[in-house]
Amino acid sequence: MPLTWLILFLFALAALGFIAGRVRAVNSAGGDVRELHSLPNYYGWNVALTALVPALAVLVVWLFVQPLMIERSVSGMIPEELIPEGSQRSLVMSDVRRVAHGLDMAVRQGALSEDDASDIRAGFTDLRGRLADVGVALGSDVRPEVLSAAQRYRQLNATGTLWQSIIVAALALGGLTLAYTRTHKGFRARNVVERAILALLILAASIAVLTTLGIVLSMLFETRNFFGLHSWSDFFFGTTWAPNFRGDSELSILPLLWGTLYISFIALAVAVPVGLFAAIYLSEYASAALRSFAKPLLEILAGIPTIVYGMFALLTVGPMLVNFFGRGPDGVLGVDWMSGATSVLTAGVVMGIMLIPFVSSLSDDIINSVPQSLRDGSYGLGATQSETVRQVVLPAALPGIVGAVLLAASRAIGETMIVVMGAGAIAKFSLNPLESMTTITTRIVSQLTGDTDFASPETLVAFALGLTLFVLTLGLNILALYIVRKYREQYE
Amino acid sequence: MKDMSQIANAVETGTNKISARDVNVFYGDSQAIKGVDVEISNNTVTAFIGPSGCGKSTFLRCLNRMNDTIDICRVTGTIRLDGEDIYDKRVDPVQLRAKVGMVFQKPNPFPKSIYDNVAYGPRIHGLARSKSDLDEVVERALRRGAIWNEVKDRLYAPGTGLSGGQQQRLCIARAVATEPEVLLMDEPCSALDPIATAQVEELIDELRENFAVVIVTHSMQQAARVSQNTAFFHLGELVEYGETGQIFTNPQDPRTESYITGRIG
Ligand SMILES: Nc1ncnc2c1ncn2[C@@H]1O[C@H](COP(=O)(O)OP(=O)(O)OP(=O)(O)O)[C@@H](O)[C@H]1O
Ligand SMILES: [Mg+2]
Repeated sequence: MPLTWLILFLFALAALGFIAGRVRAVNSAGGDVRELHSLPNYYGWNVALTALVPALAVLVVWLFVQPLMIERSVSGMIPEELIPEGSQRSLVMSDVRRVAHGLDMAVRQGALSEDDASDIRAGFTDLRGRLADVGVALGSDVRPEVLSAAQRYRQLNATGTLWQSIIVAALALGGLTLAYTRTHKGFRARNVVERAILALLILAASIAVLTTLGIVLSMLFETRNFFGLHSWSDFFFGTTWAPNFRGDSELSILPLLWGTLYISFIALAVAVPVGLFAAIYLSEYASAALRSFAKPLLEILAGIPTIVYGMFALLTVGPMLVNFFGRGPDGVLGVDWMSGATSVLTAGVVMGIMLIPFVSSLSDDIINSVPQSLRDGSYGLGATQSETVRQVVLPAALPGIVGAVLLAASRAIGETMIVVMGAGAIAKFSLNPLESMTTITTRIVSQLTGDTDFASPETLVAFALGLTLFVLTLGLNILALYIVRKYREQYE
Repeated sequence: MKDMSQIANAVETGTNKISARDVNVFYGDSQAIKGVDVEISNNTVTAFIGPSGCGKSTFLRCLNRMNDTIDICRVTGTIRLDGEDIYDKRVDPVQLRAKVGMVFQKPNPFPKSIYDNVAYGPRIHGLARSKSDLDEVVERALRRGAIWNEVKDRLYAPGTGLSGGQQQRLCIARAVATEPEVLLMDEPCSALDPIATAQVEELIDELRENFAVVIVTHSMQQAARVSQNTAFFHLGELVEYGETGQIFTNPQDPRTESYITGRIG
């Protein structure tokens, strides 16, 4: 693997540069470290980084650009008539890559010599059979144009890689020499290292930001494709969700949004009172000993994977609810309102349980940040503990708690596993919490799993759904953060 | 001392309101108050003075059992209010605090309107029969807090929006509105400018007509100006207790003398 060797070479060079730079700096000060502008290690780092960083940067860019360039130049070699009816150039190109890869394998395993690989003609030899021998299966016989394109592809790749190694190595050596000659006791190596660290931190931060941006952009792009194939008015204002892979589907988000909001509402109706009361107990009443053990316990609850909650919904809560509300005369209540284990109530209740620790630990932090002096003031007027909590602590903490609830709501809206397993798959408008319904997230899962065709609106709708969900939760999060921050300022 | 001329008017000795016997307070293992005996009279302002950390606040908080809210705090000895032991099991600390009100060092208005701040105590204890009754209670308290004129046009604005000195007078009004019998004040003027301080001092002197007032202060002048009795604390002990004029002009204990002349502190 030449790339691995190249990288190893770069790091070896950097290590060498580190030692050399250090030694040179110390020597330039005549062995007296106090004479140096910076500590000796900074000189070492300076040389190592100057050798390594530009070379690595060029290498990374090269690795991205080379395949694109080669692809473009080779793809011009495929004549238009070679592309079968209803297929695409990119499919033929993937054949080319496969053959090129097969030739590489064959050469490496000794089935072909290097010269043979560049010279053979598809007609003479049974190339398909030979490649199959080395483990590369091809769908059809290799056509001469594809074979020559593949050979060109290999050749370009080989030259590219060669130049890549030469240029990168040269850059590294150049950087090393430059930094080494500049190393002198007056050189401000410390400042150079400081800048390098700053650059590293900026790089990390921008990777995080750019990834988010990339995700959003790719969703936007696919969503635009979707709206090219399907009317946006049906998506936003239609009333039916009925995907049909033979085409002519009705893909409206509204029934899904209704299911999502209904389930989230039930989840919050469970999580907010329980979580809030738990937080009040823990922060106002519980002894320090109890708190120190109950709080981490609650936080462990928050770490349970949602798939486990999903199983809990499907296997425990759902059947239990059926036992109450279903099964006619055999059931607990003797009614037959519920036919299956999956329902809005099942998913909502379990999601609520999942959100309890989330709500309680956020509220607990907020309640704790209400200043003790307010409680003292209330006790000093002869108020009881619960009067103090109701009339002073909670009103003071209210904005923060609203923020916490909004954060919980945005988690509920985006939650997937519990609704996949507990809510069912029927998209409809209904107020009955004992019926199955479906949500935006479950539909995204089902539209993207299985056989998918990324040119059909039935698949692409997933991106439009995802983007809507993203905008919805982003809005909620921003609102929540705004409220929480505003609240924090109040007690600065 | 040059302030001797300002020493408050002659003491009209009230009846005994609070008597503390052999009070010890512990925070965990460390003892903050050591065997303190004190008598606090009705219609009198009693000042607690002493260097920082000597236990003035701690002792003050014993008088209305605010120390109960601190887990590690333990109180021994007896404290009687009108002859009844306030640390007795049958005494409800919540009821006690309604009778023994407290104003804190830092103004701590609730994040509610000015009106609701003052109405808080009366509402909890059911002191007003009707809305107009409550309005009257609130107005009277604000007047006694010497802040009525400044807030009468914005009773429904948040109490946290007032200036520091106004907030402190609001807190005093809030404490007065509950109609306590004793008012404990822990450095009530430490956040105030001289004008607001003068107002509060005047207020304290008026409050004396209806309450027993106990005030902690770091200002000798203030103690001399507003109090009739003074207690000097040092390292958790009550070193000297007596008439304010007596303490400032003719201290019995050398520690008191060095403190009021500024040699320890
Ligand atoms: N909550 C507490 N926990 C532990 N120790 C405390 C606590 N409160 C006070 N103490 C200790 O008790 C002693 C007396 O404190 P206190 O607050 O009563 O002093 P103070 O006389 O009011 O001082 P200052 O004039 O600075 O307000 C101090 O040594 C202090 O460290
Ligand atoms: Mg104090």
